[in-house]
Amino acid sequence: MVYNIFLPETSFFTLHLPIFAENLETGMSLRNVKSLLIAAFSLVIVFFCIPAIAQHEVADSAATEVHAGTEHHEAKEGDFEPGKVIMEHIMDNHDFHIADVNGHPISLPLPIIVYSPQKGISVFMSSKFEHGHASYQGYKLEEGVIKAVNEDGSIDETTKVYDFSLTRNVTQMFLSLIVLVVLLLGVAKKYQQQGAKVAPSGFQNAVEPVIIFIRDEVGKSNLGHKYEKYMPYLLTVFFFILIGNIFGLIPGSANVTGNIAFTTVLGVISFVVIILSTNKHFWAHVFNFPGVPVPVKIILLFVELLGIFTKPFALIIRLFANMVAGHMIITCLVMMIFIFAKLSIGAGIGFAPVSMAFTVFIYVIEVLVAFIQAFIFTNLTAVFIAQAFEGEHEHAEAHH
Amino acid sequence: MQLLTPALGLIFWTFLAFAIVFLILKKFAWKPILAALKERETGIADAIASAEKVKAEIASLKSENEALLTKAREERAILIKEAKEQSDKMIADAKEKAKAEYDRIVADAQAAIAQQKNAALTEVKNQVGALVIEVSEKILRRELANKAEQESYINQLAEVVKLN
Repeated sequence: MVYNIFLPETSFFTLHLPIFAENLETGMSLRNVKSLLIAAFSLVIVFFCIPAIAQHEVADSAATEVHAGTEHHEAKEGDFEPGKVIMEHIMDNHDFHIADVNGHPISLPLPIIVYSPQKGISVFMSSKFEHGHASYQGYKLEEGVIKAVNEDGSIDETTKVYDFSLTRNVTQMFLSLIVLVVLLLGVAKKYQQQGAKVAPSGFQNAVEPVIIFIRDEVGKSNLGHKYEKYMPYLLTVFFFILIGNIFGLIPGSANVTGNIAFTTVLGVISFVVIILSTNKHFWAHVFNFPGVPVPVKIILLFVELLGIFTKPFALIIRLFANMVAGHMIITCLVMMIFIFAKLSIGAGIGFAPVSMAFTVFIYVIEVLVAFIQAFIFTNLTAVFIAQAFEGEHEHAEAHH
Repeated sequence: MQLLTPALGLIFWTFLAFAIVFLILKKFAWKPILAALKERETGIADAIASAEKVKAEIASLKSENEALLTKAREERAILIKEAKEQSDKMIADAKEKAKAEYDRIVADAQAAIAQQKNAALTEVKNQVGALVIEVSEKILRRELANKAEQESYINQLAEVVKLN
């Protein structure tokens, strides 16, 4: 079981590299310094693949040992499964899990909102589930998923359950967005009060260069004279992702931007924006590729149609994989202390400084990644929008 | 697999949150901020343009001033030269006039002196005539009284006349 959980993680490490390589290749407005930083980061990831893979073996043996040792008295006390802990950190949850003390989880209950056609809407706190041990109002928490149960407590697969709960990710997203909106409205108020002639001060000074950077490097350089129309969307996407990334870096917080649902929504929105920006030229290009014979035109039709969907899909996967990988590396590094401690306490204590040094290093890089990924998502969206209405450069860019 | 399957609830809430945040920020944050930034930038561009303009104006004004100054200098030199010439002429004129006046005065004085001299001479001549007449009268009267005495007297007178 532990092995199965670890397997996707290994694939993420390999997935991580081509994504960055692509970023490098796309590098439209990435300056040399940035490319260098990304290259350095990629190199670091390569280095980390080795200890990480080595760690899997250790983790496996440790886990099997633990399993063998605890087989008879079940998962009652201190059943240490690093894979489960890591996945719990990466994934969404119905309560804000803080720590386990003597096997009893300490967590903040969050509101559950469930709808099923048979039972209607039910709203209650997640503490009613008692961490999956109890059923409430005909629902039960099974491996992090809410399932309908019959009277006798068996799971009822026939009832469809629509889960709109304010999960860990949702609450954290709301919190971060409230902070974002309050901060930005404060800045906007300052602009309105002081007028344009006064030099910026305070937090205004921190936000203004970022806004100007997005406007000039993302908006103007990609979209040309049409940039003003897209600025509110591009700025919102950038700050939406950035604040999510930054809040995700707070120790113990949820991994919002590294959740596929979050990135899917942003990807779908940018897909809609891209499609709405298309012009006649773009579609003519897709359905009737100029200057090639008819059989090639048919092949290119599929290629171009596929291209329309791969663009937002790449955005979704890139952000998701980058954020998940960052969180995984950090949790893995911390977990290694406990894995070594399982072998012998001395090994655990001895490894702690090494692990902490790596963790701090990766953490600092993750701060960088938080900004870079927000920028890349915004920039690529702008590039795709520009392709949709420019037409002339479409062919050259689409096959990248 | 749960990692790769997007959860419905999170999709719903994320979309809702994005929509609300987008609308709020668009209206209350991006609009004023972008407007202010644009205003500032155009303001700066205008200020630079007007500064350039003023600079060019100042440069042209400066060259104009310089031309004016050289012209003024030339004029001054001419004026000074003219003034000098005039003053020299005036001095020369005055000298000439003074000399003429002096000459005239001297001539007048000489004429007056000559006149006075003539008058004095005439008076002296008159007096000498009167004296001669008086002496002649006295002589004539004595002659009539005594012949000898008359003679001595005549001699005496002659002697006096000689002495004179």
